[in-house]
Amino acid sequence: MTALSTRQIQGESMWALTWRRFLKHRLAVISLGVLALLAVAALAAPLAAALLGSDGETVDLFNRFQGPSLGHPLGTDAIGRDTLIRLLYGGRISLFVGLTAAVAAAVIGTLIGILAGYFGGRLDALLMRFTDGVIALPLLPLLIVLAALDLNKLGLPDAVAASENISLYRIVVIVALVGWTTVARLVRGSALSLRERDFVRAAEAQGASAWRIMGVHILPNLASPIIVATTLSVGNVILLESVLSFLGLGIQPPIPSWGNLLTNAQELIWDAPALAFYPGVMIFVTVIAFNFLGDGLQDALDPRATDRRIAGMSN
Amino acid sequence: MLHFLFHRLWQSALVMLVMSFVVYALIGLMPGDPIDLMITADPKITAEDAARLRSLYGLDQPIVERYGHWLSSALSGDFGFSRLHARPVMEVLVPAIGNTVILLGLSFGLALLIALPAGIAAAYRPYSKLDYAINMAAFSGISVPPFWLALMLIIVFAVILGVLPAGGLGKIGTEGIWDNLRYLVLPVASLTIASIGGHTRYMRAAMIETLRQDYIRTARATGASEVRVLFGHALRNAMIPVVTIIALDFGFLFSGALITETIFAWPGMGRLIFDAIMGNDFNLALVALLLATVLTLIGNFLADVAYVWLDPRVSFREVER
Repeated sequence: MTALSTRQIQGESMWALTWRRFLKHRLAVISLGVLALLAVAALAAPLAAALLGSDGETVDLFNRFQGPSLGHPLGTDAIGRDTLIRLLYGGRISLFVGLTAAVAAAVIGTLIGILAGYFGGRLDALLMRFTDGVIALPLLPLLIVLAALDLNKLGLPDAVAASENISLYRIVVIVALVGWTTVARLVRGSALSLRERDFVRAAEAQGASAWRIMGVHILPNLASPIIVATTLSVGNVILLESVLSFLGLGIQPPIPSWGNLLTNAQELIWDAPALAFYPGVMIFVTVIAFNFLGDGLQDALDPRATDRRIAGMSN
Repeated sequence: MLHFLFHRLWQSALVMLVMSFVVYALIGLMPGDPIDLMITADPKITAEDAARLRSLYGLDQPIVERYGHWLSSALSGDFGFSRLHARPVMEVLVPAIGNTVILLGLSFGLALLIALPAGIAAAYRPYSKLDYAINMAAFSGISVPPFWLALMLIIVFAVILGVLPAGGLGKIGTEGIWDNLRYLVLPVASLTIASIGGHTRYMRAAMIETLRQDYIRTARATGASEVRVLFGHALRNAMIPVVTIIALDFGFLFSGALITETIFAWPGMGRLIFDAIMGNDFNLALVALLLATVLTLIGNFLADVAYVWLDPRVSFREVER
């Protein structure tokens, strides 16, 4: 009773309203649950490994291509490693790459977009032609070239270039380097119209610096579209990572990722079709969940657009 | 129109020039140069020999100079030799382009034939059961990893059912055209499914937006039939953004071709690029990547032309930047 009256008196915060609108989008809520479950399962991989008594790394040639059993719920792979444990560890990598690369790309895109939109003129023209140029590049072949670059020739010290996790960092960097264009265009468009608004004019009249106006007055108003675009791009990044790893250019074994778990699947397709099945299902479920989540966030964060709008699986 | 064409050509030439330098520089950063490859092939080469060879082939020159040299030969029609295929680059590329055009053309047409009606049907009654089902299918199409989809198709149709070949191009002239067409089914199917989802959602979004316009209400008020409202009044207007987005997606389609061709051993451009990069075939990789860029630029150009053609209010002058 008290809680209700407090709400009536104080009104609801913007975030509480957003949250309530989000809850109406059933598929997005389910997706959020699924993603939370996946994240917990991936983080609990060592626990699962301890429970099952297999670490996902030890080679056991006497138990190759086992079917599902109590000790190996999803069976074993071509050299007798537990499929489930490797899937969970792969999930850590795929989710990590998806989230960090999407956020890094969003940061680059926001910076370029806000500079272009706020300053306009020649800087805008230059940055947007540059963006158009990057969009015109054939994405996958370019990523393959970037993934094949010799890091020593780029001037990186040997200790870095040869470290075990380098394939992980490399893929985050190259995906971020080519993936920022959508956010940049989005941010630039909104910044262009925001800089004409009265509150920005007022700040200018008070002598606020350009950086302060961009950071304090424009950026917070761009939060919604950036959040939505970033959520949607996490799915795309996971797909890209899986394609590159599948081709042998992304995450390098022994680190498992959902993409490189499928690398040998094609040769083994006659012996063990199930091995080709699981990692793909994990990728599919994760990517579709991020897409529904982005859709739901769009409905919740931008309710005015929802009426006139487009996508909408909400009901 | 002529002015537009000229402007566009000039702009594309500039993009190509920048792109060729970027790719040239990137390829120089890939592991191993031609001399390294010679050293692996012949361990007896001494360090002095290697240095002498480097200066003989001009590999000790700064990159700008080497690029200038490559550019002047390329402009006179000499793109060099392919290392993997031991033939001039163009001789390797031309048949591959043909194969890719067949694959892309078929799946592009098929995807539009399915996606556009599906999008229109979904938009006609938004939030209905049909819309929900179409939307679900579209979301699934967007989210499925394309190479995994290809693998699943191979498992079902080649491994379990055994009705279709798992890859290759077929044997020309030996078993008749219908037998060779069977090799196209799985690659075309996987590429088509990969692009249907996006197209359906674009079409649906544009159609919903259009059906809300006042002139649609007016058309209905004058007693026009639903068929006439949908296809006579709404469709052309809804197509304007759709055509633009689909044409811009051409680069994406090409990426799909790379995956599909690699998995199904289809000897097209995508597979050629992948093999060239992996096999240190610098000359071939460079020209093939540039050709892929040309394809994307042509896609952008067609998008602009279609835009002006569909929307008479826009003139070519406005499309120019």
